[in-house]
Amino acid sequence: MRKFFGALAIGLAAFALPASALAQDILVGHYGSLTGSEATFGQSTSNGIKLAISEINGAGGINGKMVKLVEYDTKGDAREAGAVVTRLVTADKVSIVLGEVASSLSLAGAPVCQSNQVPMISPSSTNPRVTLVGDYIFRVCFIDEFQGYVAAKFATESKKAKRIAILQDQASAYSVGLADFFQKYLQQFGGDVTTRQSYNAGDQDFTARLTAIRGTNPDMIYVPGYYTDVANIAIQARKLGINVPLLGGDGWDSAKLTEIGGKSIEGSFFSNHAAPDEPAMVDFSAKYRDEYGADPDALAALGYDAAMVAFDAIKRAKSHTGPAIRDALKETKLQGVTGMIAFDGDRNTTKDAVMVEVKDGKLVMAERIKPSN
Amino acid sequence: MQTLDYAIPGTRPTQPGWVTFVPPLAVLMLALLMHYCVPFLGAYAERIMTDMAIAMIAAMSLTIVNGFTGQFSIGHAAFMALGGYTAAWCSYYFCLRYWGQTAVVPGTLFGTHQLILLCCALIGGAVAAGAGWVVGLPSLRLRGDYLAIVTLGFGEILRVLFQQTNSQALSKPELANRPLFGSDPTNPGWVFPPGVGGSLGFTDIPKSTNLFLCYLLVGLTFLFAYRLKFSSLGRALLSIREDEIAAEAMGVNVTRLKVRAFMFAAFFAGIAGTLYAHQSGTTLRPIDSGFIRSFDIVIMVVLGGLGSISGALLAAVIITGVTAALLGLTDYGLLPYRMPVFALVLILMMIFRPKGLFGVHEIWDYLPQFGRKGAK
Repeated sequence: MRKFFGALAIGLAAFALPASALAQDILVGHYGSLTGSEATFGQSTSNGIKLAISEINGAGGINGKMVKLVEYDTKGDAREAGAVVTRLVTADKVSIVLGEVASSLSLAGAPVCQSNQVPMISPSSTNPRVTLVGDYIFRVCFIDEFQGYVAAKFATESKKAKRIAILQDQASAYSVGLADFFQKYLQQFGGDVTTRQSYNAGDQDFTARLTAIRGTNPDMIYVPGYYTDVANIAIQARKLGINVPLLGGDGWDSAKLTEIGGKSIEGSFFSNHAAPDEPAMVDFSAKYRDEYGADPDALAALGYDAAMVAFDAIKRAKSHTGPAIRDALKETKLQGVTGMIAFDGDRNTTKDAVMVEVKDGKLVMAERIKPSN
Repeated sequence: MQTLDYAIPGTRPTQPGWVTFVPPLAVLMLALLMHYCVPFLGAYAERIMTDMAIAMIAAMSLTIVNGFTGQFSIGHAAFMALGGYTAAWCSYYFCLRYWGQTAVVPGTLFGTHQLILLCCALIGGAVAAGAGWVVGLPSLRLRGDYLAIVTLGFGEILRVLFQQTNSQALSKPELANRPLFGSDPTNPGWVFPPGVGGSLGFTDIPKSTNLFLCYLLVGLTFLFAYRLKFSSLGRALLSIREDEIAAEAMGVNVTRLKVRAFMFAAFFAGIAGTLYAHQSGTTLRPIDSGFIRSFDIVIMVVLGGLGSISGALLAAVIITGVTAALLGLTDYGLLPYRMPVFALVLILMMIFRPKGLFGVHEIWDYLPQFGRKGAK
């Protein structure tokens, strides 16, 4: 019995200890889904951030101080996200927090950053509500509304597709939100939603949904889901004789998409933060491949950009306190891998989006679309 | 039912009346102590202690079903989520309606928000208990694995239902403009389907959970579970666990008692869910009612020893503490190995102590017996 209490005492003592760091280091926190069903998102982002850190430290750090990363895993769980962000800002006392990918997890972490006056930059939470939490919360990606707009504009104007079916993942706020915005803009551009069907992430059989879609004979199918489901949907759609292109969002972006989807996904399009064949992205890919031996996805690029924006702000900030860094962040004007980054009044970034086409097993840029206003 | 007369000489000594008030007062003192002492350890320690309290309530409530009654329920998180969603819906829309905002002053011992939280916890607990009754009545006639499947299914059904709820109204004017009913995405109702955020999760819930309330409720749950275990009702529940047929032969109404135990457990799960929903740094999501969360609680109960209240308490503390402590692996670049290490600890525990920490006993059965007569 004594053993158990001993273990307990160690456990209790250990969580109170902050991460060890030299006083002159600048601590940057990252929370992400490094394990669990959304692990690839967190790992890509983490790789991007680590690449940025090794670059800045190689160049002598920020004003002579080295940058150190403190990183925790959220397991894709909101409770964990809140706990680790609390640990980052109150125990480890990081200068700035980077994360999360999933909007619902960012919404758990953001209020903690806000109430402790530590700035947080989300690399890729696209839900509009995330930055509305408060004036310490920023993001370096566009929001869902713009992505819906881009896909609708591309379909109706460039591809002359007017009748589009929607197949959404009803378990994911991201997918449902994107479908809502897409539908809204499609109707504005004079298009029509032929049918709106739902699936659950992880489903294996989409035949019933796809048969219903086939019956409405659409010009395109909008599938704002994640790559694993999308690849399966593409395969099953082709088997059912549906040969129209699929259309999607940035959740498609992964090397696994073409790996699983193969020929079935050919000729489909999705909106993304950057296309692999853009000059900035080509440079970034080369660096990334040297370091990790794999091609980066947009999440890695956004993680890199988020870290670079953070370093830039810390460099310009009058002191390393939360309010000073926040004020410096507001003045950001930085050319990142995914475009020009500057924050508007709601701390969102207004950037171009690209439509990417799957062509011969590669992702190539189909069109660059600018914000409307 | 005939009442037993405890005053019969030699059966149990009569105690002075004031002794009745000692345990509740001790609970109150513990809660006050926690509230005033833990903040000195920092905000993160506070957070972990809150997580522990919620886990303790959940684990103790599940002990009533899985431990005392021996019914293997793996849908406990669903009752937590249901209670949490119900309570959060009440408090969120109450605050929005009357104050137009849901901000809470942190560090308050017992303010208006805590009073609202307590009321909402009762509502959440009651709704969860009602759901427990609905689920339990048909399914508790089943035994063993069948009940497990029914409770598992219940959790998954709730999860999908929560996904279908409407988006939440974010401000007072928006709330005023919304209809009560309807699921039109452009102007959704807020009463039914309830406006609790759908798959994005329920956010901006008033953060009124504090350590005082947490440990007050931990203490009260413990007193309830303890009194239950050593009451005639509790003994009847234990007899169901040991042998259902024998219990029935002795005149125990098996189904009715099982349903009752299930409702007690659901009630306290609802309270734990309420505390979780109102905790700072979290959002309530449909996935909180899924089986992964349920298994977290089952692990605590099994680790503590099926039927041991203090075992469940200690297991909740250990599991929450160890998961948090393993975050320290990040300093050594070993963060991805956190969950495997955690699982390994559990496996070793089960190999070396298959009955759990205390088996069916309580912690004081292992401590030196102070002034107890008849101890072995």
